[in-house]
Amino acid sequence: MNLDVERIRQDFPILKRQVHNHPLVYLDNAATSQKPLAVLNSMNEFYTTINSNIHRGVHYLSDLATESYENARKTTKNFINARSDREIIFTSGTTASINLVAYSFGERYINEDDEIILSVMEHHSNIIPWQLMAERKKAVIRVIPVNDNGELVLEELEKLISKKTKIIAVTHISNTLGTVNPVSEIIKKAHSQGIPVLLDGAQAVQHGTVDVRELDCDFYVFSGHKIYGPTGIGVLYGKEELLSQLPPYQGGGDMIDNVTFAGSTFNVLPFKFEAGTTNFAGAVGMAAALDYFSNTGIDSIVSYENDLLKYVYEKLSRIDGLTLFGKSASRIPVFSFILDHIHPYDTGMVLDKLGIAVRTGTHCNQPLMDRFGLPGTVRASFCFYNTFAEADALIDGIMKVKQMFG
Amino acid sequence: MSATGQSIKDIEEEIVQEFEVFDDWMDKYNYLIELSKDMPAIDNKFKTDEYLIRGCQSKVWLNASLEGDKVIFTADSDAIITKGIISLLIRILSHKTPDEIINTELSFVDRIGLKENLSPTRSNGLLSMIKQMKLYALAYKTKLNQTKQ
Repeated sequence: MNLDVERIRQDFPILKRQVHNHPLVYLDNAATSQKPLAVLNSMNEFYTTINSNIHRGVHYLSDLATESYENARKTTKNFINARSDREIIFTSGTTASINLVAYSFGERYINEDDEIILSVMEHHSNIIPWQLMAERKKAVIRVIPVNDNGELVLEELEKLISKKTKIIAVTHISNTLGTVNPVSEIIKKAHSQGIPVLLDGAQAVQHGTVDVRELDCDFYVFSGHKIYGPTGIGVLYGKEELLSQLPPYQGGGDMIDNVTFAGSTFNVLPFKFEAGTTNFAGAVGMAAALDYFSNTGIDSIVSYENDLLKYVYEKLSRIDGLTLFGKSASRIPVFSFILDHIHPYDTGMVLDKLGIAVRTGTHCNQPLMDRFGLPGTVRASFCFYNTFAEADALIDGIMKVKQMFG
Repeated sequence: MSATGQSIKDIEEEIVQEFEVFDDWMDKYNYLIELSKDMPAIDNKFKTDEYLIRGCQSKVWLNASLEGDKVIFTADSDAIITKGIISLLIRILSHKTPDEIINTELSFVDRIGLKENLSPTRSNGLLSMIKQMKLYALAYKTKLNQTKQ
């Protein structure tokens, strides 16, 4: 089924606005995505008719709110095909999810001289939590290198894996290069040695079907705001047998079973990891986003994004003096590039004046920038509501930049 | 051009007038690009981390020296628009006394419609640069006072 992009764009009110007297061309989707009316309306309805704290009240609205929140968990569970609701922990986002795993897994399983394997292309959010834990535990971080095409060098991973390896945490899709990593292969290799794998799905869930059972990953994390949902809500999926072994991360309300000053016992999964009042309205909004995304048709979205990918890739490749980083055949429409000697910041400023929103800088990817010897790049990230005309606007904008600074 | 004894206010007015002829941002940016090319180069020995003002996006190097009772600034940036704005800052604040530099509240950036370039969220190093210029001025003021005593 073909995607009716013009109709889809009607669902996203912000796409109608002007920026600097130009129609907005929003190509910063890898940073955050825009929200469809279905999400805005669901949250509006929640706040205007249901809002009440969850899991606590004896009153009618509290029951309704709890039901909405737990339904959101079911929607999320079904969306990634988890086995049970108990495997879905709501957090504030990908960063919080990784911090939770790094802390709790680290406390339970990581000791001095143990090793954690990450990759050069990790977002800082999948580096720093592990560094903090490694410092605490005197553990060691090993790093999978990236080749010139922006792909993980799997042969090196084999050399890195040892008896000391306790966990591998890699990104499903690179936020800077757009590379889709061979995560199934990584998981197979890891599992053959009994090593669990965490996948950072922040850039992946919105670009295809994610089936955690098929992947057989041990942890999968993502954010609501990058998949057309609200900010401040995200997901930690973990295999139940693993999650149940981990100690709590944060303490507070809702995560406890019984509290005395002599000692406390903790609630069951998933509540053990949801201390305090969670972003329950956010969870409702995120579930609406997941439904919207699924109902639009994930296969159609993927197919359209692939067409867009080929179109933009082809156009960018033809621009004289433009260097594209990330040339993997397996990728999403996220393009990181630099223009001749032109500073990414200058490029971004001119594009902004043309109404084109891109991101410039290091994209929370400093080790990757160092790998390619770059001060930063311009990143244009597309998604299914972007049009071919917008791609052309980007190309025209780049030509304008070249003309001004050339 | 900045050693003419004009006051900071006068130079700011002059810059505002220069920019008034431009109708759109493109002309303004093109002018900044021109200014960046005309800016006297900073001595390469000052383009080190010691003189670097770290912005997340673009880098700015700044050096200051004292000539008589005036502070002389030289600077550079790896981004051109940033460098163009730096050239304006230097035109205004270089060859001024420490007191003039410390006590000035710059208004021209806002008035020439480049306000967003001095937003803290842009982290291009310009705000930190102004702060650093004032810190240099303060340091030289202290030094000048000590030599007077």
